[in-house]
Amino acid sequence: MKLIPLMVAIPLGTAFFIPMVSRKNQRVPDLLGNLCTFTLFLLSLCLIRFVPQVYFMGGWKPPFGITLVLDGLSSFMLILVNLVTFLITLYSISYMELYTSKLRYYSLLLLMLAGMNGVILTGDIFNLFVFLEIAVISAYALTGFGTEAEELEASFKYLVLGSVSSVFILLGIAFIYSLTGSLNLADISQKLAGEGIFQSPALWFAIILFLYGFGMKSAIMPFHPWLPDAHPSAPAPISAMLSGLLIKAAGVYPLLRIFYNMFGMGNLSQKFIPQILMVLGGISMAGGALLALIQTDIKRMFAYSSISHMGYIFLALSLGTPLGILGALFHIFSHAVSKSLLFLTSGSLEYVLHTRDIRKMGGIEERMPITAFSGNIGFLSLAGIPPLAGFWSKLFIILALVKAERLGWAIFACGVSVLTLGYYLRMNRYVFFGKIKSAFRRVKEAPGTMLGAMVLLSLVVIFLGSLLIPPVKKVLLSPAVHILYSGEDYVKLVLGG
Amino acid sequence: MKEEEKGLSTIVKVVTRWIVGFILLFGIYIVIFGHLTPGGGFPGGVIIAGVFVLLTLSFGREVPLRKLNSTLASELDSFGALVFLLVGILGLYLATYFAQNFITTFPQQYFRPFSAGVIPICNLAIGLKVGASIFMVFIILAVTRVISVGEGRMKMLRKRTGRRRRK
Amino acid sequence: MEFILCFFLLMVGLYAVVTKRNLVKIIIGLAIMEYAINLFLILIGYRKDGIAPIMTSTMDRVEFLRKAVDPLPQALVITSIVIGFGILALAVSIAIRIYERFGTFDINEIKKLKG
Repeated sequence: MKLIPLMVAIPLGTAFFIPMVSRKNQRVPDLLGNLCTFTLFLLSLCLIRFVPQVYFMGGWKPPFGITLVLDGLSSFMLILVNLVTFLITLYSISYMELYTSKLRYYSLLLLMLAGMNGVILTGDIFNLFVFLEIAVISAYALTGFGTEAEELEASFKYLVLGSVSSVFILLGIAFIYSLTGSLNLADISQKLAGEGIFQSPALWFAIILFLYGFGMKSAIMPFHPWLPDAHPSAPAPISAMLSGLLIKAAGVYPLLRIFYNMFGMGNLSQKFIPQILMVLGGISMAGGALLALIQTDIKRMFAYSSISHMGYIFLALSLGTPLGILGALFHIFSHAVSKSLLFLTSGSLEYVLHTRDIRKMGGIEERMPITAFSGNIGFLSLAGIPPLAGFWSKLFIILALVKAERLGWAIFACGVSVLTLGYYLRMNRYVFFGKIKSAFRRVKEAPGTMLGAMVLLSLVVIFLGSLLIPPVKKVLLSPAVHILYSGEDYVKLVLGG
Repeated sequence: MKEEEKGLSTIVKVVTRWIVGFILLFGIYIVIFGHLTPGGGFPGGVIIAGVFVLLTLSFGREVPLRKLNSTLASELDSFGALVFLLVGILGLYLATYFAQNFITTFPQQYFRPFSAGVIPICNLAIGLKVGASIFMVFIILAVTRVISVGEGRMKMLRKRTGRRRRK
Repeated sequence: MEFILCFFLLMVGLYAVVTKRNLVKIIIGLAIMEYAINLFLILIGYRKDGIAPIMTSTMDRVEFLRKAVDPLPQALVITSIVIGFGILALAVSIAIRIYERFGTFDINEIKKLKG
């Protein structure tokens, strides 16, 4: 039970400890960073046993103090975030040799991890905003880490759009506070249920502000323009982190908490919020997939693919049924691991070939079999080929759509899935198959730690379907779905009623 | 170049020399009495950083960097954050919860500098952290620049010439 | 009434972010937006002729509760100022680096990315 605040304290402490000890020795940041993320991964696995648990920071009971809430959903997201981050730090041991300052890199990465863990654990809406800002400010800095012209431009664009959305989120929080006089998610939920606040126009304005703010953070289609620039510009491990984790931990997860646990999806459906979410999801699915079809930069294509898959998640969570939530959560997991794998693959290609243009590659499979293997696993998973991770999540989303009697949307989702297969096959044909270019005839496979991380992540992608085996599902997925579906249980858990 | 020729005019330098000590003292007062009067770690830290900013503006960048070079500032920055975190974790193990007040046996005298448990320690840590980090931000924005050395590699350099030439 | 002022300020900031071509002006716009929200938060907790929320032993509790302003938004504003400071410092440093790369602050000339 004393372990819960350590999820935030360890990365924060290590992030500040690294610059103090490692000015002389270049190996220390690698060692400390990996040790820290590995410890966190083990901790997040240990924490499953303590679900559900509420932790009062400083001993102050809610609604006065800040609470850390470890329920099914938090534990699920913690495992995802820390697993992927561990593999990414393993990968960056070799990859970050391309850049000079590993010390600052690990510092910022761990700060970002601390922010994401905090967002996931906290039960206080303003605290959520603070952790969100810690995570995204590190992300802005890491996007421009190479300080090349494009990277700086992307970083600035990301920073401006991100700060505007943060300002709107803060405005939303101010509205909520002025209406209810509380900042605790569960307490706000109780107060909203008690009185007729739902008629107040200010509340609906706050909901729209949250929708805009978190929609921007999760790069849903009309608010997406920063993502295709920011994600390709960052170093490859950071791209994997941003695309795999940050848009989920800072975008979808707070939206889930606020819309499901704080407002309650039943209340929201009075004002067409689920319909809005669904349409936004649909636009991003189709738009992201269509734009990905015409990209020649491999990382830019993956970035558009991320937008498309965020659309799937929004579509699934707009349904509000248990099966829809299950589909959304499982798609969060499967997309995070698959897209991180793909970005790591692209990093490995860039490391060896020094280019990101898919037209210049070709026949790489011959020289880099392990990279090709992991790339293929990643794209097959996202295109929805059984028995990989992406198949199960898409299956659940489509089943949920059919069950909610939205056949048109179900067919639409299948169609976008075919498009996904289309653009990944195009990528595959250009990069891995075909005749090898003469310039790349002598290239060698990427360094060992990079390959190790990629292979481990591929194994996760292959065996992710095992989360659906009933005993495992009962531990991990079902509590997460349950806590979102029944908002009263969340309130009861936190306020102890 | 002699030191007198750098920076702003003599009047500014003399006034700065008189006033700097008082500003620093005021900043330290704000930090130490943060739990009793309005103020605290952040405002006090900003005032302390303001001293160094004032020194940089009036004397040129060498004078404050001689007193507090950027490596030391970076280490103080990290140190402040670590102390704050340590207080939190000690609260976890000496008391029950993270960041809980664990100095409860102290004689309960009101309006004394050491009267509010761990809060003065936290204020000191925050003051250190904020002062060092704002000074660092200022120095990095004003003094260093980035040059490229070869493919994809960047290096931070101290700027050699004076103000940047405007287009 | 004061809330309208906040929204006016927010819109001024948003206008600067959306229409201005200069990176520094965009950053100024961001700062104005943050301050508008800070002002809004402070005004939520404000009450007319309010006193500082510090209770001394001579004060009557009911009287105190009736008159004191809400301290929580003030704490929020301090935090949000710190966050705003972090964003501002990062934005300015990125803008300086961009100036070194491109030799200009004009966003019309800074468009290597299509996107």
